[in-house]
Amino acid sequence: MIHRSIQSLAALAVAATFAGPLFAQDSKVADELAKYREALADGNPADLLEVKGESLWSEKRGPKKATLEQCDLGLGPGKLDGAYAQLPKYFKDTNKVMDVESRLVHCMVTLQGFTQAEVTRQWYSKPGKESDIEALVTFVGAKSNGKPINVPATHPAEAKMAKMGEYIFYRRSGPQDFSCAICHGQEGKRIRLQDLGNLTTKDGAGTAMKTWPSYRVSQGAVWTMQRRLIDCMRQARWPEPEYLADSVIALETYLQKTATGTVMETPGIKR
Amino acid sequence: MKLKIALFSVLTATLSFAAQAEAPGGKFAGEAEQMFRSSFKAENPKYWMKRLDQDETMKTCGIYRDNPPRKIGEKLEKQNAATIRYPVDGKLIGDWKEGEKLAAVGTGGHIGFIQPDPAGRVRGGNCYACHQLAKKELAYGTIGPSLQQFGKVRGSSEEIIKYTYDKIYNSNAFTACTNMPRFGLHSWLTPEQITHIVAFLIDPESPVNKD
Repeated sequence: MIHRSIQSLAALAVAATFAGPLFAQDSKVADELAKYREALADGNPADLLEVKGESLWSEKRGPKKATLEQCDLGLGPGKLDGAYAQLPKYFKDTNKVMDVESRLVHCMVTLQGFTQAEVTRQWYSKPGKESDIEALVTFVGAKSNGKPINVPATHPAEAKMAKMGEYIFYRRSGPQDFSCAICHGQEGKRIRLQDLGNLTTKDGAGTAMKTWPSYRVSQGAVWTMQRRLIDCMRQARWPEPEYLADSVIALETYLQKTATGTVMETPGIKR
Repeated sequence: MKLKIALFSVLTATLSFAAQAEAPGGKFAGEAEQMFRSSFKAENPKYWMKRLDQDETMKTCGIYRDNPPRKIGEKLEKQNAATIRYPVDGKLIGDWKEGEKLAAVGTGGHIGFIQPDPAGRVRGGNCYACHQLAKKELAYGTIGPSLQQFGKVRGSSEEIIKYTYDKIYNSNAFTACTNMPRFGLHSWLTPEQITHIVAFLIDPESPVNKD
């Protein structure tokens, strides 16, 4: 896997070609991006992070010198296969609907003895500063690869969270009058050359959700779903929500519910 | 007979209500609003948080998933039309070259702690994000209609110029809950900047109409 990742770093040099202005015909650009994705399919830079996540999972860390191997992500302690695809879900022990990130943080606090502030300080990577949470999410996400997303939101707390996510999806505000639905509520639209998924349909939400976490070429980093949604709010010119905020988890629940049935292909590669 | 008519109208009212999709969030909408507002960082400056306030148009559009019933839409359109302000000199058509720049700029106004725009970052209309305009620019979006040859097709009568200015200033004066931002209402663009974009769309020398 490490060898594959080194190959992928070489492929990244190729990627830089696509970072420049796009003057070509739309179809040509789409073709080139598809070719590029194919070139990286054998060595997604996210693989490196997946390896790091795996070692973080089984390493004894924190004041309690414990591993995360007893962490329950919804399928029972330490059961990871398909766990990501079934999140967010309701957890009895916290009496909350949690996504993969809030649950991992919960495990780091309860099992390893870290404080929440300690583990969330570096929730996203910066150049030269990697994020443990991103690595763990990439590792856990990959364990759902090939599994269908399954968030039927049948528990009343989950059903409520999905409805609240729907409310936020259509809620307009800010100096551009944006809501999520403005860009993601119709079929076959695009911003500049970027295709926009219709997140109100299973296909659209599925295409969007199945590849997270994803390596973002333009950012040179893996982004989690929390990071993606928090950045959407930035694009809408809204202020920044708190990491692990309920409204972000509500949006995730709404989107995962809509995407239910779509097979996971993660970690993905995006522009 | 009268009773029958009354019953009938009650029945149709119920049916048309049922046919309409439930407002987003359903019975949890109020709670969802509170949750949303309380999701933002406590250290966010107050003036940032103002951006989450909703006027009646935003609220109503959300409830109807941007498809309000005609009567309600007309009311919103009237309210929005009343907000339109004009440059002091009354000239509604400016410099198309300035407008061309404003149409391309997609930066400005991003706030937050992670990736904010630096102070004084140029702010544009970002028209190409959603519209096709000059033929040479291929990186255009399709959320809005193509505006290629806008002036060539519509001419440059005073009526068209005013319509174009008004539409950019407050798009909801014409179509309630349209996807298009209300650039003038939110002071995103100044009245003068709007006149430049009007020129970019209408001036016969502009690449929108030349190519």
